Amino acid sequence: MTFEIKPYPELWQSLDMDVERFDKARLMLGEAYEKTYLSQQNRPGAMAYFDNMIAEIHGGRIKELMAAKAEGRPVIGTFCVYIPEEIVLAAGGICVGLCGGSQGSVPDAEKTLPRNICPMVKSAFGFKAGRICPYFQAVDFVYGETTCDAKKKTWEILDKMVPTYVMEIPQCKNPRDIALWNEEVKAFKAKVEEVAGKTISESDLAWAIKTMNNKRRALQRLNSLRHHKPCPISGKDGLLIEQIAFYDEPIRFTEKVNELCDELEGRIKVGEAVPTKNATRVMIAGTPMALPNWKIHNLVEGAGAVIVNEESCIGTRYFKDLIDESVSTMNEMLAALTDRYKEIDCSCFTPNNERLNQVVKEFRDSQAHGVINYSLQFCHTYNIEEIRIREACEKEGIPYMFIESDYSPEDIGQLQTRIEAFLEQIRD
Amino acid sequence: MYIGVDLGSRTVKMAVWDGKRLVDYKIVESGFEPHRQAEKMIAGLKATTVVATGYGRHLASEYFADHVITEIKAHGLGVYHQFPGCTTIVDVGGQDSKVIALNARGKVSNFQMNDKCAAGTGRFLEIMAGSLAYSLDEFGQAALLADQEVQINSMCTVFAESEVISMKNRGAPRDHIARAVHSSVVDRLSGMLARLGYGEEIAFSGGVARNPCIVHMLQKKLPEARLVVPELPDIIGALGAALHGAEI
Ligand code: SF4
Ligand code: SF4
Repeated sequence: MTFEIKPYPELWQSLDMDVERFDKARLMLGEAYEKTYLSQQNRPGAMAYFDNMIAEIHGGRIKELMAAKAEGRPVIGTFCVYIPEEIVLAAGGICVGLCGGSQGSVPDAEKTLPRNICPMVKSAFGFKAGRICPYFQAVDFVYGETTCDAKKKTWEILDKMVPTYVMEIPQCKNPRDIALWNEEVKAFKAKVEEVAGKTISESDLAWAIKTMNNKRRALQRLNSLRHHKPCPISGKDGLLIEQIAFYDEPIRFTEKVNELCDELEGRIKVGEAVPTKNATRVMIAGTPMALPNWKIHNLVEGAGAVIVNEESCIGTRYFKDLIDESVSTMNEMLAALTDRYKEIDCSCFTPNNERLNQVVKEFRDSQAHGVINYSLQFCHTYNIEEIRIREACEKEGIPYMFIESDYSPEDIGQLQTRIEAFLEQIRD
Repeated sequence: MYIGVDLGSRTVKMAVWDGKRLVDYKIVESGFEPHRQAEKMIAGLKATTVVATGYGRHLASEYFADHVITEIKAHGLGVYHQFPGCTTIVDVGGQDSKVIALNARGKVSNFQMNDKCAAGTGRFLEIMAGSLAYSLDEFGQAALLADQEVQINSMCTVFAESEVISMKNRGAPRDHIARAVHSSVVDRLSGMLARLGYGEEIAFSGGVARNPCIVHMLQKKLPEARLVVPELPDIIGALGAALHGAEI
């Protein structure tokens, strides 16, 4: 089977993209996907849907976005799991995660942005600057936030290319911070309503909360199946689904994840394992891995181990908490929503002690043998919080390794040695 | 007979272990195809197992090696054999430097490697020796004997090299600069050791352990610990690999 990411040159043209260049990027991504994903042995059959989501990443899904726009439904780009998707959904809109995980767009960003900032910010910015991401071209506007410095200052520059609004996310979680946050959620709702030309009713929001909760429940279910020993699905596939969660249609996605989970439950019954029954189990903690950043998973699973959990925004931070569905007035629902979002334990907050316990908890739940803490280069908050995560793991006697890396391939050899040595250390 | 080969960035090392003693060893330049060099080295030797380690380990296993271990584990095994009871290793090779902590059973319990750049590695010393027109042997000697040093601020190889060049052009004595270069490597190593923590005895392996100035300065920096250098520091990794072959 040869895998191809389907080309849609006319669609791209209509989105004012750099078609020639993008077509090359498409071929490279297709090759990387085939090598990374389709070479895996014994993949669950239900992964076919997600393979197709990648094949259609630059076409099929974009057409759906354009069709929604034609109906007057807004398409909103976001960069952070603190932006409440429920509100977009309630207004009939679509929310897409625009985080960048590719080295390919970094040089475009470095024409403008400083080089020594987070590669995720550079990659995303570069996609817009180089006109090489159809999602970025399709969004009506971008909703950024004030989490880290790299992002909040980049919004000011990005705004020149695409309308960029900013939600103020506080840095602490005191009552007055939560009050401010709640105000920001309301302002977000007003903005979305304005663009959608529609007032969100209580039943709209209740429906959206339920829909998103169901999506999160499906991802929780998948995650707990990955915790099974032996593991029924590779970490690469697990990560892929968590990445696709940020651009797929939520109801369909939920169904497909549940179908996959049914299959995995069948596998567990007969003891089917990926890659082998007694593979070393690794848990990842740290910064998000945006599409197509599969670097660490590739190395770890290439060395014969399996990744069983991602304590990350493209991972458990996105789906571990649900919104209370028992309230029904608008104000109560918005408060419940704020309440849920404040449970997210990003290192941009101080203090962030909850995360230390969460890492240890996920280590235990996932029956992992060790933790690899991963931070993108120049991400100060995760890099510094590393110290406390390390201390927490050491205290619990958890084998631990820290990796700081970006998207470039130059450190692959060294990372391979470090990862293999870490696995030896666990096994010996 | 158990053979260990360590395919490094600069040299390929081989050690032959007969179950009791080190009976043979060799060190050659890596050349363009280190695995071919290694293959030549072991040609004609009768081995029960060949274990490969170092950067070229996976290539070696495609061609001839029976097993592969990382250089971290290999150095752990080699040092544990030579200095039982020693729980800390500094290994400085051609392209990286690492510090390794061993538990009481000689198993790796933690380790650190230098990041992407070449600072603090054999390669760094080599480039600096080159820009001061020393051979590698003279370089360590001259630095050891120098009575003064200037200050190098840059840790990055590229910047450090331009710093060295501007010092030369300001007329700073060559041996003072040489000493400063050594100092910067030692600062780097002692920093890594401080981060990881170290025991009473620290074994120093890898080719750079033959540089008398680095050894001297590192020992001075760590007065509470005893720095020990194996007789053949280059082949500790290869020896560890051979020992692993005998274990399995
Ligand atoms: S790491 Fe923090 S800032 Fe980044 S997406 Fe997650 S919550 Fe947002
Ligand atoms: S990884 Fe860190 S620096 Fe990068 S966008 Fe997220 S919080 Fe900001």
